[in-house]
Amino acid sequence: MHSRKPFYILVALLFLAGVAASVYRGIEHNVPFLPGEQVQSWAVDAKVSFQGTGEPAEVKFSLPNDPAFEILVENATSPGYGLTIANDSSGRHATWSVRQARGQQDLYYKVTLVPTGKTQVIAQAEPEAVEYNWPATEKAAAEQIMDEVWSRSATNLSFAQQLNKSFNASDRSQNIELLLSGNSAANLFVQMLNSKGIPAKKVNGLFLEDQRRRQQLTTFVEVYHQGEWLLFNPADGSQGRPDNLLIWDRTGKSTLDVVGGVNSLVSFSMLQDTRSALATSIDVLKNKDALDFSLYQLPLEEQSLFKGILLIPIGVLMVVFLRVIIGIKTSGTFMPVLIALAFIQTTLLTGLVGFLLIVAFGLMIRSYLSELNLLLISRISAVIIVVIGIIGLFTLLSYKFGLSEGLTITFFPMIILAWTIERMSILWEEEGAKEVVVQGGGSLFVATLAYLAMSATWVQHWVFNFLGIHLVILAMVLLMGQYTGYKLLELKRFKPLAGE
Amino acid sequence: MFLARPQALKAQGILGMNKRNIDFIGRYNPRKYYKRVDDKLTTKQLALANNIAVPALIGTVCQQHEISHIPEMVNNKDGFVIKPSQGSGGKGILVITKVDNGHYFKPNGNEVTPSEIDRHVSNILSGLFSLGGKPDVAIVEGLIQFDPVFDGYSYEGVPDIRLIVFKGFPVMGMLRLSTAASDGKANLHQGAVGVGLDIATGKGLHAVQFDKPIDFHPDTDKKLTDIVVPHWDTLLHTASKAYEMSELGYLGTDMVLDQQLGPLLLELNARPGLAIQIANGRGILPHLRHVEQMKNKSMSVEERVAYAKTHFSHSACS
Repeated sequence: MHSRKPFYILVALLFLAGVAASVYRGIEHNVPFLPGEQVQSWAVDAKVSFQGTGEPAEVKFSLPNDPAFEILVENATSPGYGLTIANDSSGRHATWSVRQARGQQDLYYKVTLVPTGKTQVIAQAEPEAVEYNWPATEKAAAEQIMDEVWSRSATNLSFAQQLNKSFNASDRSQNIELLLSGNSAANLFVQMLNSKGIPAKKVNGLFLEDQRRRQQLTTFVEVYHQGEWLLFNPADGSQGRPDNLLIWDRTGKSTLDVVGGVNSLVSFSMLQDTRSALATSIDVLKNKDALDFSLYQLPLEEQSLFKGILLIPIGVLMVVFLRVIIGIKTSGTFMPVLIALAFIQTTLLTGLVGFLLIVAFGLMIRSYLSELNLLLISRISAVIIVVIGIIGLFTLLSYKFGLSEGLTITFFPMIILAWTIERMSILWEEEGAKEVVVQGGGSLFVATLAYLAMSATWVQHWVFNFLGIHLVILAMVLLMGQYTGYKLLELKRFKPLAGE
Repeated sequence: MFLARPQALKAQGILGMNKRNIDFIGRYNPRKYYKRVDDKLTTKQLALANNIAVPALIGTVCQQHEISHIPEMVNNKDGFVIKPSQGSGGKGILVITKVDNGHYFKPNGNEVTPSEIDRHVSNILSGLFSLGGKPDVAIVEGLIQFDPVFDGYSYEGVPDIRLIVFKGFPVMGMLRLSTAASDGKANLHQGAVGVGLDIATGKGLHAVQFDKPIDFHPDTDKKLTDIVVPHWDTLLHTASKAYEMSELGYLGTDMVLDQQLGPLLLELNARPGLAIQIANGRGILPHLRHVEQMKNKSMSVEERVAYAKTHFSHSACS
């Protein structure tokens, strides 16, 4: 006997691969593990306005670039303007251009964002501090402050923290008051850090609050510390990133540049929205053009086809379990799965009633056919035609009586029904009505359980969105194929032998 | 308790369906030899070539148009049996015990019209009783004049003797007696009575119907454990020989006792059922393990039968 080790390794690999693929899909692609999950999204409108001077105008506007928010949809409305959206060394930006702009000009940019929860800003490369030359009037005061704070700090980070603190202390030193009278706090903060060789830059952020209009960007300072950019707000002395902050512009340069216009300004309005987590992650994946094995790439018709097909492994697993582990007899190995698939279309009760009606009618007609002494093949064919007739009749009748449930009866697989009727009929003749009830009941019981498993919304969600689950099912089916223990019903059958 | 504990069954050496399929049928029965037992016509021819006695072959029907030859075939017979060559589980077997001037009668006295026989044979040829609905051949066999030793033990049917042969060793046996509930058929799941037999002597030990122990035949009220199967040694030898003939390691042999011809091999089964354990009141697994541990010692049929009689008897502990 050969070793079973490779088999168990295969099963373990399938299982692990399936679980890993599902977890990856859940975490990396943000596909929700439960159906019906909702996520928040933000719709932000930026309005850029300026006065045209009659000259050719070019408007360069920075666009959001924040790992904490994923862009779902973005578009710009600007009649008469040429628009380019580019992502280059100066960051992501939109450029509107027009040959002649006169009077009030309004340009709109709309974006829908979803929070990703990745609030850390990782630096791609080690940045360099930009040397700043202090004006003679400020040099002495600035150096005094820096030396004083430097002596109270141990690292770059603690220097920034201490500096932030002294900017906002209630009893600010004369030197700081002097410098702040001529500079903004953010500028001064960046300059001082840069002078000490600590990389820092200004960024612009937008506070997201539901139903706000005419909002402005707030200036923050990012300080580089051990591969990461940390956020400071020297205007109020706070440190760290507020949850509802969207970092709009990280270039450290101006957010809006207008050539050929005056009185330019940008204002923001925003709206919070909840949407399905699943739809959101599908949209995000489509935007990314990522290598994606999701079935959402297929046309809708094929998608709905696959939604049905991918339920079959669940039904098959159920049948294998009930036959191998429990020991229930069914007529036809996978007939219950096909019946269960039909139940999904008809719903359980209508399906059961319809199935029993068709089979009962079919058996009656089949008993007449058996007197006619026909060849098997023509008898089965006759039963198929009769089954179609019965289905047609029931559909018509239920339509006439206004029972819309009855119309779904057409979803039953006719060939399967015909064979079921034939087998039941033979079983009846050979082993009596009791065995028909036992095997038919067993099949219906298995079909019902398979239906219950297949119709659970979270099962449908999982089999379609986490394809890795099918590898897990495969591993389980293989494993059950190795089960040499007793079936549950054997424990009852062999009870007299248990030696009690 | 409603269910037995799995450990208790294991301690008794009860073989379950899954274990039978994987560890015995899957391991010891090569697929390529299945045809030898699944096709009764092949079994019959093989048995004749190996000097194993089988019921007389009256004829075969392979094509629909040959059905009309049946009346000629059975013209001067007292009775006959029509069975599908590839039938399973006793399906499709029609027993006619009386032929009277073109009228046919079943063991229970009901008449079977010629057109019913035609339809039955037509069904057989169409593959209604074979696995997967394959087209089949109908075999017409002579009726077995069963040994009166079982009179009063069987109701309207031929009692048959099932022996499980593992790698040539008869390891467990039972006598199957038809009842009113089983409609004259000897299949346990249809309600026939199973009587466990001592491998050493052929004596009845323990009886069951519908998986429940019973002491008396439900129709004739005779005490079942009084049975001693005659020709026991011949039966053991025939069963053991079937191993060489079929080359299947885990084999069920079904035999009947004919008044004149003695033990006849009826059919072989590559997937013998598990009910024999209930009929014997004990598990088959210890015997199977015993034979497995003997490795591949080559022994003659006589040696194997002698070995089985000393080691697998109820009085011997294994």
